[in-house]
Amino acid sequence: MEDLSVEKVAETMYGMVKDYHGKKNLKATDLTKAMIEQFGEACDKQKCKEAIRVIIDDGRCTYSYVGGSYIVLNPDYHPAS
Amino acid sequence: MTELKHQTPLIDELEKGPWPSFVKEIKKSAKSAAVQDLLGVLERSYEEKRGHWKHGGIVGVHGYGGGVIGRYTDLADEFPGVAEFHTMRINQPSGWFYTSKALRTLSDIWEKHGSGLTNMHGSTGDIVFLGTTTPELEPTFKDLTDAGFDLGGSGSDMRTPSCCCGPARCEWACYDTLNFVYDMTQTYQDELHRPAFPYKFKIKAAGCANDCVAAIARADMSVIGTWRDNIQIDQPAVKEYAESGKLDLQKDVCDRCPTKCMSWNGKALSIDNSNCVKCMHCINAMPKALSPGKDRGATILIGAKAPIIGGALLSSVFVPFIKVEPPYDDFKELIAAIWDLWAENGKNRERVGEFIQRIGLGNFLEQIGLEPIPEMISHPRANPYIFYEA
Repeated sequence: MEDLSVEKVAETMYGMVKDYHGKKNLKATDLTKAMIEQFGEACDKQKCKEAIRVIIDDGRCTYSYVGGSYIVLNPDYHPAS
Repeated sequence: MTELKHQTPLIDELEKGPWPSFVKEIKKSAKSAAVQDLLGVLERSYEEKRGHWKHGGIVGVHGYGGGVIGRYTDLADEFPGVAEFHTMRINQPSGWFYTSKALRTLSDIWEKHGSGLTNMHGSTGDIVFLGTTTPELEPTFKDLTDAGFDLGGSGSDMRTPSCCCGPARCEWACYDTLNFVYDMTQTYQDELHRPAFPYKFKIKAAGCANDCVAAIARADMSVIGTWRDNIQIDQPAVKEYAESGKLDLQKDVCDRCPTKCMSWNGKALSIDNSNCVKCMHCINAMPKALSPGKDRGATILIGAKAPIIGGALLSSVFVPFIKVEPPYDDFKELIAAIWDLWAENGKNRERVGEFIQRIGLGNFLEQIGLEPIPEMISHPRANPYIFYEA
Protein backbone atom coordinates (compact mmCIF):
# COMPACT_ATOMS: atom_id res chain seq x y z
CA MET A 1 0.00 0.00 0.00
CA GLU A 2 1.39 3.42 -0.94
CA ASP A 3 2.20 5.85 1.85
CA LEU A 4 -0.79 7.75 3.12
CA SER A 5 -0.04 11.46 3.10
CA VAL A 6 -1.12 13.92 5.79
CA GLU A 7 -2.77 15.98 3.04
CA LYS A 8 -4.92 13.02 2.01
CA VAL A 9 -6.04 12.51 5.62
CA ALA A 10 -6.70 16.25 5.95
CA GLU A 11 -8.80 16.22 2.79
CA THR A 12 -10.83 13.25 4.04
CA MET A 13 -11.32 14.89 7.43
CA TYR A 14 -12.48 18.09 5.78
CA GLY A 15 -14.99 16.10 3.72
CA MET A 16 -16.29 14.50 6.90
CA VAL A 17 -16.69 17.86 8.66
CA LYS A 18 -18.60 19.13 5.60
CA ASP A 19 -20.84 16.05 5.53
CA TYR A 20 -21.72 16.41 9.19
CA HIS A 21 -22.15 20.20 9.10
CA GLY A 22 -25.48 21.13 10.71
CA LYS A 23 -26.11 17.53 11.78
CA LYS A 24 -23.49 16.68 14.37
CA ASN A 25 -20.53 18.47 15.89
CA LEU A 26 -17.31 16.48 15.62
CA LYS A 27 -14.48 16.44 18.10
CA ALA A 28 -10.84 15.87 17.22
CA THR A 29 -11.17 12.34 18.60
CA ASP A 30 -14.19 11.60 16.38
CA LEU A 31 -12.17 12.55 13.31
CA THR A 32 -9.16 10.58 14.48
CA LYS A 33 -11.17 7.41 15.14
CA ALA A 34 -12.92 7.71 11.78
CA MET A 35 -9.64 8.13 9.88
CA ILE A 36 -7.99 5.17 11.59
CA GLU A 37 -11.03 3.08 10.83
CA GLN A 38 -11.05 4.18 7.19
CA PHE A 39 -7.34 3.96 6.43
CA GLY A 40 -6.34 1.20 8.82
CA GLU A 41 -2.69 0.71 9.68
CA ALA A 42 -1.59 3.37 7.20
CA CYS A 43 -3.03 6.00 9.51
CA ASP A 44 -2.17 6.74 13.13
CA LYS A 45 -2.92 9.33 15.81
CA GLN A 46 0.13 11.43 14.97
CA LYS A 47 -0.86 11.64 11.31
CA CYS A 48 -4.38 12.65 12.33
CA LYS A 49 -2.99 15.32 14.64
CA GLU A 50 -0.98 16.75 11.76
CA ALA A 51 -3.98 16.57 9.44
CA ILE A 52 -6.12 18.51 11.92
CA ARG A 53 -3.39 21.12 12.06
CA VAL A 54 -3.57 21.40 8.24
CA ILE A 55 -7.32 22.00 8.04
CA ILE A 56 -7.23 24.48 10.92
CA ASP A 57 -4.15 26.38 9.79
CA ASP A 58 -5.29 26.76 6.19
CA GLY A 59 -8.55 28.23 7.47
CA ARG A 60 -10.99 25.63 6.13
CA CYS A 61 -12.03 24.62 9.63
CA THR A 62 -11.95 26.25 13.01
CA TYR A 63 -12.58 25.36 16.62
CA SER A 64 -15.88 26.14 18.27
CA TYR A 65 -17.01 25.79 21.85
CA VAL A 66 -20.53 24.49 22.47
CA GLY A 67 -20.28 22.84 25.87
CA GLY A 68 -17.06 21.23 24.61
CA SER A 69 -14.55 21.94 21.87
CA TYR A 70 -15.41 20.86 18.33
CA ILE A 71 -13.95 21.20 14.87
CA VAL A 72 -16.38 22.93 12.52
CA LEU A 73 -16.41 24.60 9.12
CA ASN A 74 -14.94 28.07 9.27
CA PRO A 75 -17.71 30.51 8.29
CA ASP A 76 -15.07 33.08 7.34
CA TYR A 77 -13.26 30.76 4.91
CA HIS A 78 -13.39 32.08 1.35
CA PRO A 79 -10.94 30.27 -0.97
CA ALA A 80 -9.16 32.57 -3.41
CA SER A 81 -10.47 30.60 -6.39
CA MET B 1 -13.86 59.33 39.29
CA THR B 2 -15.60 59.18 35.91
CA GLU B 3 -19.34 59.89 36.01
CA LEU B 4 -21.32 56.69 35.71
CA LYS B 5 -23.75 56.15 32.84
CA HIS B 6 -26.05 53.81 34.79
CA GLN B 7 -27.48 54.10 38.29
CA THR B 8 -26.30 51.12 40.34
CA PRO B 9 -27.88 51.25 43.83
CA LEU B 10 -27.81 47.49 44.40
CA ILE B 11 -24.21 46.78 43.48
CA ASP B 12 -23.17 49.97 45.31
CA GLU B 13 -23.98 48.02 48.47
CA LEU B 14 -21.02 45.80 47.66
CA GLU B 15 -18.69 48.75 48.10
CA LYS B 16 -19.54 49.03 51.79
CA GLY B 17 -17.47 47.43 54.52
CA PRO B 18 -13.73 47.18 55.15
CA TRP B 19 -13.01 44.44 52.62
CA PRO B 20 -11.92 44.80 49.00
CA SER B 21 -14.76 45.41 46.57
CA PHE B 22 -14.75 44.34 42.93
CA VAL B 23 -17.43 46.98 42.25
CA LYS B 24 -15.14 49.70 43.58
CA GLU B 25 -12.33 48.43 41.38
CA ILE B 26 -14.51 48.24 38.26
CA LYS B 27 -15.72 51.80 38.85
CA LYS B 28 -12.12 53.00 38.96
CA SER B 29 -11.78 51.73 35.39
CA ALA B 30 -15.11 53.12 34.15
CA LYS B 31 -13.52 55.24 31.46
CA SER B 32 -14.57 52.98 28.61
CA ALA B 33 -18.10 52.36 27.30
CA ALA B 34 -17.57 48.62 27.90
CA VAL B 35 -16.91 49.05 31.61
CA GLN B 36 -19.83 51.51 31.97
CA ASP B 37 -22.17 49.00 30.38
CA LEU B 38 -20.66 46.15 32.38
CA LEU B 39 -21.81 47.92 35.53
CA GLY B 40 -25.24 48.38 33.95
CA VAL B 41 -25.61 44.69 33.11
CA LEU B 42 -24.40 43.70 36.57
CA GLU B 43 -26.96 45.96 38.24
CA ARG B 44 -29.67 44.48 36.03
CA SER B 45 -28.66 40.97 37.06
CA TYR B 46 -28.96 41.90 40.72
CA GLU B 47 -32.39 43.44 40.07
CA GLU B 48 -33.71 40.43 38.19
CA LYS B 49 -31.70 37.75 40.02
CA ARG B 50 -30.56 36.18 36.75
CA GLY B 51 -27.46 36.37 34.62
CA HIS B 52 -27.40 38.08 31.26
CA TRP B 53 -24.32 36.42 29.81
CA LYS B 54 -23.86 33.60 27.35
CA HIS B 55 -20.56 32.12 26.32
CA GLY B 56 -18.92 29.98 23.67
CA GLY B 57 -19.32 29.87 19.89
CA ILE B 58 -16.71 30.36 17.20
CA VAL B 59 -14.32 32.92 18.54
CA GLY B 60 -10.57 32.80 18.90
CA VAL B 61 -7.29 33.52 17.20
CA HIS B 62 -6.13 31.77 14.06
CA GLY B 63 -4.88 28.24 14.64
CA TYR B 64 -5.78 28.12 18.32
CA GLY B 65 -8.79 26.40 19.84
CA GLY B 66 -8.17 27.67 23.35
CA GLY B 67 -7.31 30.87 25.16
CA VAL B 68 -10.35 32.92 24.18
CA ILE B 69 -13.75 32.52 25.79
CA GLY B 70 -16.46 34.19 23.75
CA ARG B 71 -18.86 36.15 25.95
CA TYR B 72 -21.97 38.02 24.88
CA THR B 73 -24.83 39.70 26.68
CA ASP B 74 -28.45 39.09 25.73
CA LEU B 75 -29.11 42.79 26.43
CA ALA B 76 -26.91 44.06 23.61
CA ASP B 77 -29.41 46.72 22.52
CA GLU B 78 -29.51 48.28 25.95
CA PHE B 79 -25.83 47.77 26.76
CA PRO B 80 -23.98 47.90 23.42
CA GLY B 81 -20.61 48.36 25.11
CA VAL B 82 -20.70 44.73 26.22
CA ALA B 83 -22.47 43.19 23.21
CA GLU B 84 -19.18 41.30 22.84
CA PHE B 85 -17.13 41.04 25.99
CA HIS B 86 -14.70 38.19 25.37
CA THR B 87 -12.28 36.86 27.94
CA MET B 88 -8.67 36.08 27.04
CA ARG B 89 -6.53 33.73 29.10
CA ILE B 90 -2.82 34.45 29.00
CA ASN B 91 -0.31 31.79 30.03
CA GLN B 92 1.17 32.99 33.30
CA PRO B 93 4.85 32.58 34.15
CA SER B 94 5.61 29.64 36.47
CA GLY B 95 4.93 30.68 40.07
CA TRP B 96 3.53 34.06 38.94
CA PHE B 97 6.80 35.93 39.00
CA TYR B 98 6.81 39.17 37.01
CA THR B 99 8.97 42.20 36.58
CA SER B 100 7.12 45.50 36.97
CA LYS B 101 7.99 46.15 33.31
CA ALA B 102 6.14 42.98 32.27
CA LEU B 103 3.08 44.01 34.29
CA ARG B 104 3.09 47.46 32.69
CA THR B 105 3.40 45.88 29.25
CA LEU B 106 0.40 43.64 29.92
CA SER B 107 -1.65 46.56 31.23
CA ASP B 108 -0.77 48.73 28.23
CA ILE B 109 -1.76 45.99 25.78
CA TRP B 110 -5.06 45.48 27.49
CA GLU B 111 -5.93 49.16 27.81
CA LYS B 112 -5.21 49.51 24.08
CA HIS B 113 -7.28 46.53 22.94
CA GLY B 114 -9.77 45.74 25.70
CA SER B 115 -11.62 47.01 28.73
CA GLY B 116 -8.49 47.30 30.85
CA LEU B 117 -10.05 45.00 33.46
CA THR B 118 -7.96 42.03 34.49
CA ASN B 119 -8.22 39.17 36.91
CA MET B 120 -4.80 38.44 38.39
CA HIS B 121 -5.16 35.53 38.41
CA GLY B 122 -8.03 33.31 37.37
CA SER B 123 -8.64 30.05 39.20
CA THR B 124 -6.92 28.34 36.27
CA GLY B 125 -3.79 30.29 37.15
CA ASP B 126 -3.81 32.32 33.95
CA ILE B 127 -3.61 36.07 33.63
CA VAL B 128 -7.22 36.87 32.70
CA PHE B 129 -8.07 39.75 30.40
CA LEU B 130 -11.75 40.59 30.79
CA GLY B 131 -13.71 42.06 27.94
CA THR B 132 -12.88 42.77 24.34
CA THR B 133 -14.52 42.53 20.93
CA THR B 134 -13.92 39.96 18.17
CA PRO B 135 -11.96 42.35 15.89
CA GLU B 136 -9.54 43.11 18.73
CA LEU B 137 -8.58 39.48 19.39
CA GLU B 138 -5.91 39.08 16.71
CA PRO B 139 -4.27 42.48 17.39
CA THR B 140 -4.19 41.68 21.13
CA PHE B 141 -2.66 38.27 20.40
CA LYS B 142 -0.02 39.84 18.16
CA ASP B 143 0.96 42.39 20.79
CA LEU B 144 1.09 39.68 23.45
CA THR B 145 3.31 37.39 21.39
CA ASP B 146 5.56 40.34 20.47
CA ALA B 147 5.97 40.89 24.22
CA GLY B 148 6.81 37.20 24.79
CA PHE B 149 3.44 36.04 26.10
CA ASP B 150 1.15 33.35 24.73
CA LEU B 151 -2.46 32.36 25.26
CA GLY B 152 -3.39 29.74 27.83
CA GLY B 153 -5.84 26.89 27.62
CA SER B 154 -9.64 26.75 27.51
CA GLY B 155 -12.23 24.27 26.31
CA SER B 156 -11.44 20.59 25.95
CA ASP B 157 -7.69 20.93 26.04
CA MET B 158 -4.84 20.68 28.49
CA ARG B 159 -5.36 23.76 30.63
CA THR B 160 -2.45 26.03 31.41
CA PRO B 161 -0.34 24.09 33.94
CA SER B 162 0.23 26.00 37.16
CA CYS B 163 2.37 25.64 40.25
CA CYS B 164 3.22 27.17 43.60
CA CYS B 165 6.24 29.46 44.00
CA GLY B 166 8.30 26.32 44.75
CA PRO B 167 11.98 26.51 45.62
CA ALA B 168 12.12 30.12 44.43
CA ARG B 169 10.66 31.27 47.73
CA CYS B 170 9.83 28.22 49.80
CA GLU B 171 12.29 26.01 51.66
CA TRP B 172 9.70 23.22 51.90
CA ALA B 173 9.45 22.64 48.17
CA CYS B 174 10.29 18.99 47.61
CA TYR B 175 10.97 19.49 43.90
CA ASP B 176 11.39 22.29 41.40
CA THR B 177 7.75 23.02 40.64
CA LEU B 178 8.68 25.99 38.45
CA ASN B 179 10.88 24.01 36.11
CA PHE B 180 8.44 21.11 36.04
CA VAL B 181 5.54 23.33 34.96
CA TYR B 182 7.67 25.19 32.43
CA ASP B 183 8.72 21.86 30.91
CA MET B 184 5.14 20.54 30.79
CA THR B 185 3.94 23.78 29.19
CA GLN B 186 6.60 23.64 26.48
CA THR B 187 6.23 19.90 25.87
CA TYR B 188 2.47 20.01 25.45
CA GLN B 189 2.01 23.16 23.37
CA ASP B 190 -0.16 21.28 20.90
CA GLU B 191 -2.42 19.87 23.61
CA LEU B 192 -2.65 23.33 25.19
CA HIS B 193 -3.69 25.20 22.08
CA ARG B 194 -5.54 22.57 20.04
CA PRO B 195 -8.37 20.92 21.98
CA ALA B 196 -8.34 17.18 21.37
CA PHE B 197 -9.71 15.68 24.58
CA PRO B 198 -13.18 14.69 25.79
CA TYR B 199 -12.95 17.60 28.24
CA LYS B 200 -10.44 19.75 30.11
CA PHE B 201 -7.29 18.30 31.69
CA LYS B 202 -5.49 20.24 34.42
CA ILE B 203 -1.98 19.64 35.72
CA LYS B 204 -1.09 21.43 38.93
CA ALA B 205 2.19 21.18 40.78
CA ALA B 206 2.55 21.82 44.51
CA GLY B 207 5.95 21.63 46.17
CA CYS B 208 4.65 20.07 49.39
CA ALA B 209 1.48 18.77 51.02
CA ASN B 210 0.43 22.31 52.01
CA ASP B 211 -0.67 22.36 48.37
CA CYS B 212 -0.75 26.13 47.87
CA VAL B 213 -2.24 25.68 44.38
CA ALA B 214 -5.10 23.50 45.73
CA ALA B 215 -4.16 20.81 43.23
CA ILE B 216 -5.83 18.00 45.16
CA ALA B 217 -9.24 19.64 44.86
CA ARG B 218 -9.31 20.55 41.20
CA ALA B 219 -6.46 19.19 39.10
CA ASP B 220 -6.97 16.13 36.96
CA MET B 221 -3.34 15.38 37.68
CA SER B 222 -1.88 16.70 40.93
CA VAL B 223 1.85 16.48 41.51
CA ILE B 224 2.37 17.11 45.21
CA GLY B 225 5.83 17.23 46.77
CA THR B 226 6.69 14.76 49.52
CA TRP B 227 9.64 12.83 50.96
CA ARG B 228 10.28 9.21 51.89
CA ASP B 229 12.95 9.37 54.57
CA ASN B 230 12.70 10.96 58.01
CA ILE B 231 11.54 14.45 58.95
CA GLN B 232 14.62 16.51 59.82
CA ILE B 233 14.58 17.56 63.47
CA ASP B 234 16.62 20.30 65.12
CA GLN B 235 16.14 19.33 68.79
CA PRO B 236 17.56 22.59 70.30
CA ALA B 237 15.11 24.54 68.13
CA VAL B 238 12.26 22.26 69.29
CA LYS B 239 13.24 23.08 72.86
CA GLU B 240 13.21 26.79 72.06
CA TYR B 241 9.64 26.47 70.84
CA ALA B 242 8.69 24.66 74.02
CA GLU B 243 10.35 27.23 76.26
CA SER B 244 8.94 30.21 74.37
CA GLY B 245 5.49 29.43 75.75
CA LYS B 246 3.90 30.32 72.40
CA LEU B 247 3.41 26.72 71.41
CA ASP B 248 2.13 23.82 73.48
CA LEU B 249 4.05 20.96 71.88
CA GLN B 250 1.78 18.26 73.25
CA LYS B 251 -1.52 19.97 72.45
CA ASP B 252 -0.66 21.91 69.30
CA VAL B 253 1.71 19.47 67.64
CA CYS B 254 1.59 15.89 68.97
CA ASP B 255 -2.17 15.71 69.62
CA ARG B 256 -2.92 17.17 66.23
CA CYS B 257 -0.77 14.72 64.33
CA PRO B 258 -3.27 12.70 62.26
CA THR B 259 -1.49 9.40 62.90
CA LYS B 260 -0.27 10.28 66.42
CA CYS B 261 3.23 9.37 65.34
CA MET B 262 4.93 12.04 67.46
CA SER B 263 5.73 12.25 71.14
CA TRP B 264 7.27 14.91 73.37
CA ASN B 265 8.80 13.99 76.71
CA GLY B 266 9.60 17.53 77.77
CA LYS B 267 13.15 17.26 76.50
CA ALA B 268 13.07 15.82 73.01
CA LEU B 269 10.61 15.28 70.21
CA SER B 270 10.53 11.83 68.67
CA ILE B 271 8.78 10.81 65.48
CA ASP B 272 7.79 7.36 64.30
CA ASN B 273 8.48 8.15 60.66
CA SER B 274 7.06 4.84 59.43
CA ASN B 275 3.63 6.10 60.49
CA CYS B 276 4.05 9.67 59.29
CA VAL B 277 1.69 10.59 56.44
CA LYS B 278 3.68 13.72 55.50
CA CYS B 279 0.76 16.04 56.18
CA MET B 280 3.07 18.98 57.00
CA HIS B 281 1.17 19.96 60.17
CA CYS B 282 4.11 19.68 62.57
CA ILE B 283 6.44 21.38 60.11
CA ASN B 284 3.98 24.25 59.71
CA ALA B 285 3.73 24.57 63.49
CA MET B 286 7.50 24.54 64.08
CA PRO B 287 9.14 25.74 60.86
CA LYS B 288 12.45 26.52 62.55
CA ALA B 289 12.72 23.09 64.14
CA LEU B 290 11.35 20.67 61.57
CA SER B 291 11.69 20.32 57.85
CA PRO B 292 10.91 17.72 55.18
CA GLY B 293 13.34 14.84 54.75
CA LYS B 294 16.21 14.85 52.30
CA ASP B 295 14.99 12.12 49.94
CA ARG B 296 12.43 14.27 48.18
CA GLY B 297 10.08 13.75 45.26
CA ALA B 298 6.35 13.85 44.69
CA THR B 299 3.11 11.92 44.89
CA ILE B 300 1.01 11.86 41.75
CA LEU B 301 -2.72 11.97 42.33
CA ILE B 302 -5.38 11.76 39.74
CA GLY B 303 -8.98 12.66 39.12
CA ALA B 304 -10.00 15.78 41.05
CA LYS B 305 -12.57 18.22 39.80
CA ALA B 306 -14.61 21.06 41.24
CA PRO B 307 -18.35 20.40 41.17
CA ILE B 308 -20.01 20.68 37.78
CA ILE B 309 -22.17 17.66 37.05
CA GLY B 310 -21.50 14.86 39.51
CA GLY B 311 -20.28 16.89 42.50
CA ALA B 312 -16.80 17.57 43.86
CA LEU B 313 -14.10 14.94 43.61
CA LEU B 314 -10.77 14.94 45.39
CA SER B 315 -7.95 13.20 43.62
CA SER B 316 -6.69 9.73 44.58
CA VAL B 317 -3.12 8.55 45.00
CA PHE B 318 -1.86 7.12 41.77
CA VAL B 319 1.91 7.03 42.17
CA PRO B 320 2.86 7.22 45.87
CA PHE B 321 6.41 8.42 45.29
CA ILE B 322 8.37 9.47 42.26
CA LYS B 323 11.57 11.43 41.83
CA VAL B 324 10.80 14.64 39.94
CA GLU B 325 13.81 15.34 37.80
CA PRO B 326 14.26 16.59 34.24
CA PRO B 327 13.57 15.46 31.59
CA TYR B 328 10.52 14.04 33.42
CA ASP B 329 10.29 11.04 31.10
CA ASP B 330 8.32 8.95 33.61
CA PHE B 331 5.66 11.66 33.86
CA LYS B 332 5.44 12.03 30.13
CA GLU B 333 4.99 8.28 29.63
CA LEU B 334 2.26 8.21 32.25
CA ILE B 335 0.49 11.25 30.82
CA ALA B 336 0.63 9.78 27.31
CA ALA B 337 -0.93 6.51 28.54
CA ILE B 338 -3.70 8.35 30.42
CA TRP B 339 -4.51 10.63 27.51
CA ASP B 340 -4.56 7.75 25.03
CA LEU B 341 -7.06 5.75 27.06
CA TRP B 342 -9.25 8.69 28.08
CA ALA B 343 -9.32 10.31 24.62
CA GLU B 344 -10.28 6.98 23.07
CA ASN B 345 -12.97 6.00 25.57
CA GLY B 346 -14.06 9.12 27.45
CA LYS B 347 -17.51 10.58 26.85
CA ASN B 348 -18.00 14.19 25.87
CA ARG B 349 -17.51 16.50 28.89
CA GLU B 350 -16.29 13.60 31.02
CA ARG B 351 -13.31 14.55 33.16
CA VAL B 352 -10.67 11.90 33.68
CA GLY B 353 -11.84 11.46 37.31
CA GLU B 354 -15.39 10.78 36.17
CA PHE B 355 -14.08 8.40 33.51
CA ILE B 356 -12.18 6.50 36.21
CA GLN B 357 -15.30 6.37 38.39
CA ARG B 358 -17.23 4.93 35.47
CA ILE B 359 -14.75 2.19 34.52
CA GLY B 360 -13.21 1.64 37.97
CA LEU B 361 -9.72 2.54 39.13
CA GLY B 362 -8.54 -1.05 38.96
CA ASN B 363 -9.50 -1.32 35.31
CA PHE B 364 -7.99 2.06 34.61
CA LEU B 365 -4.67 1.00 36.12
CA GLU B 366 -4.69 -2.21 34.15
CA GLN B 367 -5.39 -0.36 30.90
CA ILE B 368 -2.56 2.10 31.32
CA GLY B 369 -0.17 -0.60 32.48
CA LEU B 370 0.51 0.55 36.04
CA GLU B 371 1.06 -2.15 38.67
CA PRO B 372 -1.25 -1.76 41.69
CA ILE B 373 0.45 -1.30 45.07
CA PRO B 374 -1.07 -1.00 48.58
CA GLU B 375 -0.21 2.70 48.86
CA MET B 376 -2.75 3.50 46.16
CA ILE B 377 -5.51 4.95 48.28
CA SER B 378 -8.45 7.28 47.83
CA HIS B 379 -7.72 9.23 51.00
CA PRO B 380 -5.37 8.98 53.99
CA ARG B 381 -5.76 6.05 56.37
CA ALA B 382 -8.15 4.24 54.05
CA ASN B 383 -7.80 0.79 52.56
CA PRO B 384 -6.30 0.57 49.06
CA TYR B 385 -8.82 0.89 46.27
CA ILE B 386 -7.48 -2.31 44.74
CA PHE B 387 -8.80 -5.59 46.13
CA TYR B 388 -6.18 -8.30 46.41
CA GLU B 389 -7.20 -11.88 45.98
CA ALA B 390 -5.39 -14.68 47.77
